[in-house]
Amino acid sequence: MAHVSSTLPPALRRKRRREAARTAAFLSPWLIGFGFFFLYPLLSTVYFSFMNYDGFAAPTFVGLRNWDFVFTKYPSFWQGMGNTLWLVAVMVTLRVAFGLGVGLLVTKVKTGSGFFRTAFYLPYLAPPVAATMAFAFLLNPGTGPVNHLLGEIGLPQPGWFTDPSWSKPALTMLAMWGIGDLMVIFMAALLDVPREQYEAAELDGTSAPQRFRFVTLPNIAPIVVFAVVTGVIQAMQYYTQAIVAGKVASGVIGGSGQQFEPGYPHGSTWTLPQMVYNLGFQRFDTGSACVVAIILFAISMAFTSLLMRRRAGFLNSED
Amino acid sequence: MDLTRRHRRSLAGITAAVCATLLASACTGTNSGGGQDGSASGQDVTITFWHGWSQDNEVKAINDNVAAFEKLHPNIHVKVVGNIADDKAQQALRAGGPDAPDVVSSFSTDNVGKFCSSHVWADLAPMLAKDGVDPAKTFPAAMLKYSQYQGNQCSLPLLGDAYGLFYNKTAFAAAGITAPPRTFGEFAEDAAKLTVTDGDSYKQLGFMPNYHGYETAIAHYLGQYGSTYFGPDGKSDIATDPTVAAALGWQKQLVDRLGGFDKLEKYRTSFGDEFSAKNPFTTGQVAMSLDGEWRTASLAEDKPDFEWATAPFPVPDDQASTYGRGYQTGTIVGIANGSRKQTAAWTFVKYLTTDTDAVVSFANAIHNVPSTLAALDSPKLEADPNFRTFVDVAKNPNSSTTPASVNGGAYQVSLQNLSYAVESGQQNDLRAGLTATAKEIDDAIAQAK
Repeated sequence: MAHVSSTLPPALRRKRRREAARTAAFLSPWLIGFGFFFLYPLLSTVYFSFMNYDGFAAPTFVGLRNWDFVFTKYPSFWQGMGNTLWLVAVMVTLRVAFGLGVGLLVTKVKTGSGFFRTAFYLPYLAPPVAATMAFAFLLNPGTGPVNHLLGEIGLPQPGWFTDPSWSKPALTMLAMWGIGDLMVIFMAALLDVPREQYEAAELDGTSAPQRFRFVTLPNIAPIVVFAVVTGVIQAMQYYTQAIVAGKVASGVIGGSGQQFEPGYPHGSTWTLPQMVYNLGFQRFDTGSACVVAIILFAISMAFTSLLMRRRAGFLNSED
Repeated sequence: MDLTRRHRRSLAGITAAVCATLLASACTGTNSGGGQDGSASGQDVTITFWHGWSQDNEVKAINDNVAAFEKLHPNIHVKVVGNIADDKAQQALRAGGPDAPDVVSSFSTDNVGKFCSSHVWADLAPMLAKDGVDPAKTFPAAMLKYSQYQGNQCSLPLLGDAYGLFYNKTAFAAAGITAPPRTFGEFAEDAAKLTVTDGDSYKQLGFMPNYHGYETAIAHYLGQYGSTYFGPDGKSDIATDPTVAAALGWQKQLVDRLGGFDKLEKYRTSFGDEFSAKNPFTTGQVAMSLDGEWRTASLAEDKPDFEWATAPFPVPDDQASTYGRGYQTGTIVGIANGSRKQTAAWTFVKYLTTDTDAVVSFANAIHNVPSTLAALDSPKLEADPNFRTFVDVAKNPNSSTTPASVNGGAYQVSLQNLSYAVESGQQNDLRAGLTATAKEIDDAIAQAK
């Protein structure tokens, strides 16, 4: 290639150089953004994962010490990893299923569809902190209306955010309440499915579940994959709702001699992003925080790559 | 269009150079500051002071204090920035620059270890010595302890908090109790007598012992035992100090006696906000509470429909002679090591922390405990009998605090996690739990060094 290039006439070489320069100029905004906001932070994170750095003094090289600490001497790590993977598996699955279900429902409603679309979309607009505090109030075991109602009809009254076995399901309920974004995306995809395919399937005598399986699902498959991929990324970054719910339910304001317990109750809402903040900004251990950030990044990449590969195979087979 | 290999190499080279430059800039440490700012010879100097107070009365109080200082030192001007959390102050100190604070105060004594060990706050010992201020004779021992780390006095106390017992005198009279308890044995008896059940809940609970019952953190209980947390070698001694096991065991017994963890925890969720008129002591939901001196002002303002009083929190039966002690914490103030106006900054810090009238007027204004021995004894201190309890706790030589650690309050979180597991019955082998937690604390501290 280089040999061919060097044999080109000077005028053509100059033209190619100009084209390359023009291309680089057009690409430069993206390159600068990519460099500053992705490549530099990523490389820095890898760099600091091998350093002892408290955020103040100059960092010193410590080899794999931070990695060893996170994996073998920081007992909360594995609990946080388990919780995060639980949220990825359960919360994402339920959110996608519920979002699709609501999307189907509002596309089928003949009268008052505008009302239902608005009703399901509005919760999505609520700021996460306010929504979480509202849920903590509704699900308060002692004074919340939900448990009051459950008690009235003779059902068990869970501890919700104060019970380690109910805290993650409570967070999942909160996530499903704010399903508006997925509903809109699925609604658009469902309305794009060609009507003639349904008509042909009906003429073939298919049932409603069969039409969903063989007509609807293949048509909206890319959207389902999109919802799962973005859902997994969101779940891997899950921070605000978990920490607010834990703080409100624990009743602990925090202060000297009374540290706020991240992951309340009993570490059940402790996630990897909380760990990054806790290690980096509360324990001043930037190196270990970077290790957890890299693990988070690696898992997100692995999930996303896997899903994208599956998607490619699926679409090829369908196409 | 494909880039040629040479172009690709050039681009890669530029990218690598940019990355290397950026990485190098990220590794730059904090600049060391300078002390000679000319303020001592009368030159005009403006210093920046960051603090965390945000309530109107608090902001007015600190501004009044600053105004009084500027009147005394007309050539030193103080630019005050309020409502600053530790996280933000840390980032500003790390970044440095002309807008970074010269003087910083913090509500959390837990970060003193990091501020001192990283030298982001200047060591004040040479300045104290130069001006003939003897810290041991100026500040109460517990307050002095939480403002230093391994001999580095990088901060000084600026008002304190002391903990004691608040009790409902009306409920005491109804239960036939004539005086506040002095030992944990008496306290448990009184808590049981004051408890009135209501189905599977309570009409009135004598005391909420659960660790999430607002101020009933394990560290606050341990203040009554005088636990040390760390041995002379710097290693955690919670597994060898018998008072820690005793405190955890005593609390668990009280939890079981008052109805069990689940029942108490459900009742706890019916409590209102701690810092509001819905506080369970104010509403009468609990008859006794472990709380700080600030509650006296809240109760005076909220006017509950019962008579109340304060006393030192009880002590273990085998330490009855130490009655009068309590847990202590407070606000600290330090000087940025990178400040180029350290002379003026020290003049200001010395005024805030050691001028008796300044400390007393500030304490009067925001209802905190004064942080010098002279101010605690000052006749200008406005202290009714209920507030006086906390002044006496602060003066008590047996009062104690949570020591500074290189990784902030991480050791307290580890101990808290164990305490939650013990009270809920998840950890029944106390000895094994303490040993594992001590190792966890030691590993985390070794990692932070």
